[in-house]
Amino acid sequence: METNPALNSILLKSKLPVGIIGYGVYIPRYRLPAVEVARIWKDGDTSGLPIKEKAVPGLDEDTISISIEASRNALKRALIDPTDLRAVWVGSESHPYAVKPSSTIVAEAIGCSPHVQAGDWEFACKAGTEAMVAAMGLVGSGMARYALAIGADTAQGRPGDALEYTAAAGGAAYILGPGEESLAVINATFSYVTDTPDFWRRPKQSYPEHGQRFTGDPAYFKHITEAGSHMMKEMGTQPSDYQYAIFHQPNTKFPQRVAAQLGFSKEQIKTGLLCPVIGNTYAGAAVVGLTAVLDEAKPGDRILMVSFGSGAGSDAMDITVTDKILERQGNATKTTDYIARRTEIDYATYSRLRGKLALT
Amino acid sequence: MEVPRHWRLKKQRYALVGEVCPHCDSKIFPPRDVCPYCGGEAKTQFAFSGRGQVYSFTKMTSAPTGFEQAAPYTMALVQLEEGPVVTAQLTDIGDQSIEIGMPVEMVTRKLRTDEAERGMIVYGYKFRPVMG
Repeated sequence: METNPALNSILLKSKLPVGIIGYGVYIPRYRLPAVEVARIWKDGDTSGLPIKEKAVPGLDEDTISISIEASRNALKRALIDPTDLRAVWVGSESHPYAVKPSSTIVAEAIGCSPHVQAGDWEFACKAGTEAMVAAMGLVGSGMARYALAIGADTAQGRPGDALEYTAAAGGAAYILGPGEESLAVINATFSYVTDTPDFWRRPKQSYPEHGQRFTGDPAYFKHITEAGSHMMKEMGTQPSDYQYAIFHQPNTKFPQRVAAQLGFSKEQIKTGLLCPVIGNTYAGAAVVGLTAVLDEAKPGDRILMVSFGSGAGSDAMDITVTDKILERQGNATKTTDYIARRTEIDYATYSRLRGKLALT
Repeated sequence: MEVPRHWRLKKQRYALVGEVCPHCDSKIFPPRDVCPYCGGEAKTQFAFSGRGQVYSFTKMTSAPTGFEQAAPYTMALVQLEEGPVVTAQLTDIGDQSIEIGMPVEMVTRKLRTDEAERGMIVYGYKFRPVMG
């Protein structure tokens, strides 16, 4: 009987080579500067602001509309017929419906229904990478040729809470397929998961609760360093083997600090660190960072991405860029173009766009 | 509640899926199964590119029922690249000024909620300034 050598490792490796054949991003147009939040809630005290500004969704945007545009961009790069997709999986903690999948609407809009798996994934900010790992399994087992995994959010932050500075909107979509068709091959994934109560939102609650400083060391830093270091140890790699590293980015400082802990330089994380200018896009955070890296990556570049989701867990991915990247990077709108499309808003407009004004 | 109507129109609303006439090759939107140009039967689906330009526009400050929370917003007649003219909201305008002839592209957005917070969310096409 044929055996899979990967089963002897703690890493997750697919039996068949799997990679990214198309990727796409979407970031809304509106930006709320952190100084605006400080103006309203901190008497204008701008010391220690966690980011410069965050992306705010328009009145007509939500996780579904974000996922649709990111997926259309991914299809432009993948150059496949949408009906060849066998899964549409949307990872988010802001699905517009409590009961009714986001994924069926996305699948219908991009033209890949009805012969397709569809489902919504939840794991706080790592729901998107969880969907990617599942898609990797579907393709790597030979069950499907192509699968679409999305991480997107319109994050909620209680007015005046520390999270209001950063809770942002955006998302990224990845079409996974056979390694030989890929613009970037996923060499392996590794997940590190524990029951850690650092951040949660109970049913019917509008805003999440967070465990203050408990969100740092036992949650974010513990899980990312464990996932990242196990990945490198098992792969036999060093930080210097990677041209780029992307970490979940709830603010500017956390990814910088965790990168240093793992031995990565500021130069290695610079391209994928978008939180300072778009905020924390939650399930979109790490995967949107990866789109910015893929936009400028060259064949042969190696990338380490480690997501983090509260509750808590991290998915690490070891990725190698192939020659096919060059012919597909320009097929869809780049991440920097979405970031440059920017209209600054004040707190009043933000309050209206985010539904914080009671009209009835 | 108009759930059956929303369900029936989803393909054309989500992705600008219309028809192409097999007799005269005219592109038809919205789909109506009969070609308005040659009168022949036309049931072949056709997905429009979503690219077009503003043919005319107006700002809505007094919005019809179901759209009050979006006001003020801009409605436009958009001439699609393939010919038909559709009526749609413009979105993501930001601080840009709108002009006749302005290139726009289709995006799928929330149109409204049918029956406030409890009802279904209706998605459909809008147009925004071309990103480049």
